[in-house]
Amino acid sequence: MIEIVLKMLFIVLVIMGAFLPLITWVERKQSAVMQDRIGANRADIMGVTILGLLHPAADVLKLLSKEDVVPRGANRVLHLLAPVIAMVPAIIVMAVIPYGSTYRFGDHDLNLVVADIDWGMLYVFAVGSLATYGAVIAGWASNNNWSLLGSMRASSQMISYEVTMGLSVVGLFMAYGTLKLPEMAAFQDQTFRLLGFVEHFALVETLPAWLAWIQLPMWGIFLQPLGFILFLTCIMAENKRPPFDAPEGESEIIAGYHMEYSGMRFGLFYTAEFLEVPVIGMLVATLFLGGWAIPWLPQAAIIGGVTPVFGEGFATAFCMILHVVSFLVKTIVLIWLQMALRWTLPRFRYDQVMDLCWKMILPLSIANIFATGAVILFLQGRA
Amino acid sequence: MVPIEHALALSATLFVIGALGALTRRNLIVILMSIELMLNAVNLALVAFSRQWGDQAGHVFALMVIVVAAAEVVVGLGIVVSLFRNRESVNIEDVSLLKW
Amino acid sequence: MEILFYVFAAISVAGALGMVLSVRNTVAGALSLVGTMVALGGIYVMLEAYLIGALQVLIYAGAILVLFLFVVMLLNLRRDSFTPERQPVGKAISVLIGLAVLVQLVTVFLGSFGPPAELSEGFGTYRSVGIELFTDYVLLFEVTSLLLLSAMVGAVILAKRKID
Repeated sequence: MIEIVLKMLFIVLVIMGAFLPLITWVERKQSAVMQDRIGANRADIMGVTILGLLHPAADVLKLLSKEDVVPRGANRVLHLLAPVIAMVPAIIVMAVIPYGSTYRFGDHDLNLVVADIDWGMLYVFAVGSLATYGAVIAGWASNNNWSLLGSMRASSQMISYEVTMGLSVVGLFMAYGTLKLPEMAAFQDQTFRLLGFVEHFALVETLPAWLAWIQLPMWGIFLQPLGFILFLTCIMAENKRPPFDAPEGESEIIAGYHMEYSGMRFGLFYTAEFLEVPVIGMLVATLFLGGWAIPWLPQAAIIGGVTPVFGEGFATAFCMILHVVSFLVKTIVLIWLQMALRWTLPRFRYDQVMDLCWKMILPLSIANIFATGAVILFLQGRA
Repeated sequence: MVPIEHALALSATLFVIGALGALTRRNLIVILMSIELMLNAVNLALVAFSRQWGDQAGHVFALMVIVVAAAEVVVGLGIVVSLFRNRESVNIEDVSLLKW
Repeated sequence: MEILFYVFAAISVAGALGMVLSVRNTVAGALSLVGTMVALGGIYVMLEAYLIGALQVLIYAGAILVLFLFVVMLLNLRRDSFTPERQPVGKAISVLIGLAVLVQLVTVFLGSFGPPAELSEGFGTYRSVGIELFTDYVLLFEVTSLLLLSAMVGAVILAKRKID
């Protein structure tokens, strides 16, 4: 019991306490660097500005001190409920994402995931589909035509991309054979021979040794490259990240469904949207980039390598720290990627967004499922 | 772990609430939602019995009920939308042309 | 752990009542029905129906009720669209009859069940339900896909502005 509380505390302190303020800073600084300007660097404490790292704190203070405005004719309860509903799914998705593997300390197994449920990815999809309500209710409760328009765009975009989000990773589930996220990360801890497929086509029994050393880590991105691109697109569109932010189109419908929100109510929407960025990073890292696994160094090799020098307890703890650091590094790379995509691509028009989902991503993901099934059948037939 | 009589009592309660909603309310959308509630109550009974007898056919059947409910909601709401376009109202008392 | 079932049961009944009794505000009624669906999903997981529980939240709470809310917003049904429904006698009689039916239903099955059966390994998981769905009930599965296709076509035709 105490273990679960500690694991939850780790997630709350590291992801929400440390990552979230940093991401708002990264957003400003990365966009500034990409656009060849300096970015926000004025917030200071007694004249000491540290590259603008105090801006997140300044943002929070500003939002907290604003007047709490509810528009006339709006439904007060729903107006307050909408940002809460938008924020909750973003937080509870993190319960099934593993940030480390299972470590054996004495006779006690430490599994670094808050909830090790058998149907982990179904939980992620189910909870992610509840996030739609935040956008839907926000637009309705504001008693404003622009908000209603933004929220209808948001709801149809989100439910369309939920479908393709699920379908694009079905090939991955077939390749891994499990829906359990810790098991997927453990599966990616091994390597495979890049040219192994030659054994099936050519007439050699086994690959000659000078070709067999070319080994890639068995990551999802190498097993399912098309699935990676489709899933990344769909999950960015699901969370209304730019360039898919037609529902909050700043130049068309003036902030869409969170137009009538100011002060800390907007702060909650802002936090929910920026919390989705590391959550997307963690999820894609676990599914496609190996999660906590370090490429070419499986857990047994690390523990086996360090034990003779420092002893087993220290080796396990060292391996644990390495794995958590590797997980955070991959998350940071994906956060960088999302920010880069945001500030590079122009916003898609709304009908382009829906066309992309139903006419391009859906057929491609179904074709991916067929191709994966054919390859698995072929490999099983030969083996 | 969960006594089956209690789960079935909950299922009966939800079914009766749904039936009362479908029979007394005059708002078409609330009537459709009450029908959904009745289908959910039946699903709960199916899952409870499946647990009692250890037979997974109840789960398969519950999945089919969910799918049929989804299809029915889609068509029902299409009807509501086209009805609204013709009559500007979702009150069922405005759709009583065939009533004697 | 048992107390959790009663908590979920209370939430689901409260949500159902909230939906049926929501005279003025249809959106609030749909939201309380969302609470009911999520609570029922929790009850399914407690009854060892893991796949059905996840699918309940994913499909019902995540798609069907969003569709309801979407239609309510599309038709822009605000508070003043609904005339108050005044039939106190009829409603009181229907509530009494409903209570009578409920009491009859509950007394029928009280005490007529033995202990629950021993569950097989992996009961209710996506693997075993999936295997059963694709081997014993595969025809049912295929017919369901045809049903969904016909529902989609029907909805598109019903909601088109004009047929040309």
